[in-house]
This record gives sequence, C-alpha cells and structure tokens, in this order.
Amino acid sequence: MKKILLYSFLIVTSVVTLIPFIWMLSTSLMTDGAASVFPPKFFPEEVVLQQYQTLFTRLNIARNFFNSIFLSVVVTTISLFFNSMAGYAFAKYRFKGKDKLFNLLLVNMIVPSQITMLPLFLMLKSVGLINTYMAIIITGMANIFGIFLIRQHCLSIPDSLIEAARMDGATDFQIYRKIILPLAVPILVTLGIFTFLGTWNDFLWPLIALTDESMYTLPVALSNLMLEHTRDPELMMAGSVLTIIPVIIVFLALQRYYIKGIMMGSVKE
Amino acid sequence: MATVLLKNVTKIYEGGSVAVKNVSLEINDKEFVVLVGPSGCGKSTVLRMIAGLEEITSGEIFIDGKIVNNIPPKDRDIAMVFQNYALYPHMSVFENIAFGLKLRKYDKNEIKQRVEEAAMILNLQDYLNRKPRQLSGGQRQRVAVGRAIVRKPKVFLFDEPLSNLDAKLRVQMRTEISKLHKNLGATMIYVTHDQTEAMTMGDKIVILKDGEVQQIGAPMELYSNPLNKFVAGFIGSPAMNFINGRIVQSDKLYFVIDNLNIRIALGEMNNRKLQQYRDKEITIGIRPEDVLLSSEKSIAGDISVLVEVVEPMGNETLLYFTLQETQMIARGNPNQQYKSGNNYSMQINKDKIYFFDKVNGNTL
Ligand SMILES: Nc1ncnc2c1ncn2[C@@H]1O[C@H](COP(=O)(O)OP(=O)(O)OP(=O)(O)O)[C@@H](O)[C@H]1O
Ligand SMILES: [Mg+2]
Repeated sequence: MKKILLYSFLIVTSVVTLIPFIWMLSTSLMTDGAASVFPPKFFPEEVVLQQYQTLFTRLNIARNFFNSIFLSVVVTTISLFFNSMAGYAFAKYRFKGKDKLFNLLLVNMIVPSQITMLPLFLMLKSVGLINTYMAIIITGMANIFGIFLIRQHCLSIPDSLIEAARMDGATDFQIYRKIILPLAVPILVTLGIFTFLGTWNDFLWPLIALTDESMYTLPVALSNLMLEHTRDPELMMAGSVLTIIPVIIVFLALQRYYIKGIMMGSVKE
Repeated sequence: MATVLLKNVTKIYEGGSVAVKNVSLEINDKEFVVLVGPSGCGKSTVLRMIAGLEEITSGEIFIDGKIVNNIPPKDRDIAMVFQNYALYPHMSVFENIAFGLKLRKYDKNEIKQRVEEAAMILNLQDYLNRKPRQLSGGQRQRVAVGRAIVRKPKVFLFDEPLSNLDAKLRVQMRTEISKLHKNLGATMIYVTHDQTEAMTMGDKIVILKDGEVQQIGAPMELYSNPLNKFVAGFIGSPAMNFINGRIVQSDKLYFVIDNLNIRIALGEMNNRKLQQYRDKEITIGIRPEDVLLSSEKSIAGDISVLVEVVEPMGNETLLYFTLQETQMIARGNPNQQYKSGNNYSMQINKDKIYFFDKVNGNTL
C-alpha cells in the first residue's frame, strides 16, 4: 500500500516535470504559426523539421552550437585539471600559509560573480581578449568550488597511499596522475557535469565577453532569437531543444560514474 | 647488502613536539632489528625518517655508508610495509605489486617474472587479478609484503604490519616474515609495540620510550640484563612485578617493606652493590615465574597472600594478588589447583631479584 502511494506520487511528479519538455519538443516540430492557434494544440498536426532547417540555414546556428560545445568541453577539461591539482595540493601537501590561502579562497566564494564582471571585462579588454574564446576559457580555468570539492575528497584518501607510491618511486606528478586521479574519478565526473552544465548554460558572461554574433554561445544566440522572432514560438522551441539535448546526453552518459565505493578495501580503517 | 646507521637523530615536529631524541643506532647487514616501545614513543617516526618520508631535524642517517639526509625516498632503495597495507584500491594485485617496477621502467617480461616469483613466495598466485577489496586481511597483508620484496631493495621497513590481523594469523605471519628474512638475506627494520613479536623475531631489539633509546641488545640479553626498570617491565609477559621498599642491614642484608612487616633476606651475591643503598628506598623487580605460591603451611619468612584471580592458560596458570597496593602476578604450576579467595604462602627466588634505583629507575 505504502509502495503504491509512493509510486503514484513519483509518477505524478515525473509527468508534471516532463510535460513542458514534451510540449517544447512537439512545438518545435510544428509548422509556422501552428502553436499560436486557439485552443492550443499539444501535438503537431503534421510533423515537420522546417524550424530546424531555418535555424541551421538562415540563422547559422551550427556555428553557435559549435561555440557552445567547444567552450564547454575545453573549460571543463582545463578546469578539472587545475581544480584537481589545486584540490589535491590543498589536501595533502604541507606548505607555508596553506590554511590562510585556502580560507582566503573560501571567503572569495561569498563575492557574487556579477560584481567582478566589470573589472574582469576591463582587464581582458586591456589585453585584447574580449570577443575571443580565451575570454571564456581563462575565466573558467579554475574555480573555488571545484577546488573545495576535490580537496574534501582528497582528504579522505589515506596519506599512507601517497607515501607508499612515493616509496615505490613515483614522482609527485605520477602520484597525482596514477593514484589521485583514478581515485577521484567519481568526484571528477560530478564536478565535470557541474562545470559542463554551468558553462553550457552560462548566459551573462558570454553575452558581455563575446560581441560578434558568430562568437555567441547557444543561450546568447537563443535570446537574440527571442528578441528578433517574438512571433515565432516554433522556431524558439526548436532552438531550446537544440540547447538542452547535449546537456541531457552528457548527464545520461556520465551518471553511472556517480560516487561509488571505489575506496573500499584499500586500507584497513 | 646494506647497513643502516643513525647518528644522534632528533625529530621535532612543527608545533614543537619532540618525537625522537638523539637516537643513535647501528644496524648491520642482514640483521633483523625490532623497534619496540609503547604507543607514541616515536617508533614510526624513526622508521619514516629512515624511509625519507619525514625530514630529520638534526643528526645523520647513513645507508650503506652513504649519508641520505637529503636523498628522496625513491632513491634510497628501501621498501616499506605500512600498518594499514596502503594498497592502491583501483589496481589489481598484480598491478599493485608491479607498480614500483613499472615506474622504474623495467622490461615487461622481467616485471611479469618478478611479480610471479613474489606471488609464489607469498602464495598469492590465485589472486593476481583481484582487487584489494576482494581479499581477506591476511591476503592484503601479503600483497603489501609482495610489493616490497618484488623490488629487491636494500632495506625493508615494517611499521606494525601485523597489528590489524587476528591473533592466529598474526602468529602465522610472524613466522612467515622471519622465514622471508632468512631466505632473502635482507636487512629488515621492524616496528611493533608487541614485546612478544620483538622477542620472537628480532636479532636485535631497540627499546624506545618518549623518543629516547632505553636499551639495545639481543632478546635474551634484554630479558636477563635490563638496564632499567622500564626495559625490565616492558620485556617479558606477563610483565615483571615491582615492589618498593628499603634495604636494611642486620645479621645480613634485608629488603624490607615496612608497612607490611615483610622482610626478604637477600642472597650473598648482591651484597656488595647493595651495601651503599643501606637504609635507602629502592624498587625490586621479580618476574612472575620467580614468584612461587604454595598452599603448604607457611614456614617462617614466607609471606601469606590472598589470590584474587586465577587464570588457567593450559600450559601455565596465572595468579593475581595485591601486595603493597600494587597488582602482582605469579606464574603457577599448571598441574596444581588454585582457588581464588584462598591464601597462599609466597616465596621469592632470591637469585632472580632485580634491583632498581627508586628515583631514576636504573638497574643497580
Ligand atoms: N605529523 C606530526 N605532527 C606532530 N606530532 C607528531 C606527528 N606525528 C607524530 N607526532 C608525535 O610524535 C610522537 C611519536 O609519534 P610516532 O607516530 O612516531 O609514535 P609511535 O611510536 O609510532 O606510536 P604508535 O605505536 O601509536 O604508532 C607522538 O607523541 C606523536 O604525537
Ligand atoms: Mg606508529
């Protein structure tokens, strides 16, 4: 009985969550104006790919799509690299001023990113990086939350594992590469998903930092679309579908790596 | 082929705690040396300094005559077995054992051959493809040892490698490590807080307390000629009994416990060195096997004691009683029936009494 209640609750919530997505998808497959009739139709009378064609041919959205993919992948890769090295160092190395430095970083998390945007913009402008991919990549190369997350994870790796590797003849980088990274896979995947989604969905900073239409990321291009084609909901929905598909793929592909008991059995507690 | 030499080695951790004080120690080639002492006495710190995992505050460490103070662990040609095994959880047993060789760029076939050889010695052939979490505690321990022997290092370091195993397995691994030592002919330094392990395994035992060396010597030497009260109490199980009292001279020398009205006549052999302690407080030590309890009527000079607990162990029977507010242990005859709550008369083997300065604990 309890189970039935639970399941029906879960089914209802998933349906409620899914309806907007399905509606978006079905609208994107309608002909021009078909979504604006009254009473509204939930399913298209005839399924057409016309909206997607428009996006790719007339609006050149492939370029924006590439921008988004490229930037998200690059930022995710680079930031995972730097965050994991920094997080590992903060967790396991002994150096002067370590705690002070780390606390300083944490304090920085309080500052909202909007505050730093203008100075950041001016800085990048002065070195001529505005309206280049570097404007997005440099600012996303490392982030405090990521460092914090990885540090917390590394704290749970026993020192003796690192010392054993050192005795085995591993250099610092080999320890990082062959011991720490494999053990951090679950947390790296988690952080990778966060970073990918964050970069993919980011709107404000790309809007500021990228000025040419050909440099726009998808969300920026999409909002542009909305301004220019307010009377064209089918086209907008097609753009939205394009925007969320990679996100869903990334999530589905990586979710099985989510935190699992990889540490079990290495040392006796 | 390796000797290890420590010269006045001191370790002060950041924060000022002095973990190791002025330790000097000579370890010969192929020797099995055991560092033993109570928790926190600095055993691990000494070992980790030899390994290169911990910086040396002052003093020098030599391996094979070469000073290694500033040589990183990987270039010291030393292997270490950790108390918690420290196996790499994401690697198979084979990869765990091969890791050190791979990093040193050994040829693939050579790696395979060496790992298999080590696995054979340790009886791990059937487990090479398993992950550490699929092994029992004893098997993990073997893998940790395998990881050390596969590199054929100059010196092996063990930091309480058996303390996580159950009693039976511990005894078994103890003999296996001893055997390994004999077969490999390697220099081994072994840390433990268990005096039985120290006694049974070591060629040489180093007793540490509060970061200082108390005594260095062969097991039986420490047992029969302890330099101080700490060593006497640490080596031997059950531990030595200690009684405080006074030396008094009348017709001959007596050890007197005043408030209990107990006088123990001392043998002739101790006379000379004890003369100077006449009328002074000292501590005597008696091993449990030298305390004899019998139910026969006490003859003059015997002391009557009330046995509180009787622990029959099979091959021996341990008897607990209180004297002068300290817990005493006697090793009883296993063939005799003892009853707790009964009075027995105590005799002491006078030739086997140890005498200690009451203040500094040194043997007189
Ligand atoms: N990293 C450290 N920082 C500060 N003090 C330390 C550190 N490691 C150990 N100590 C101190 O140094 C002393 C010796 O420690 P050590 O680990 O060598 O003892 P041990 O003899 O191995 O004890 P155990 O049998 O419990 O393992 C202890 O008092 C300990 O508190
Ligand atoms: Mg220790």
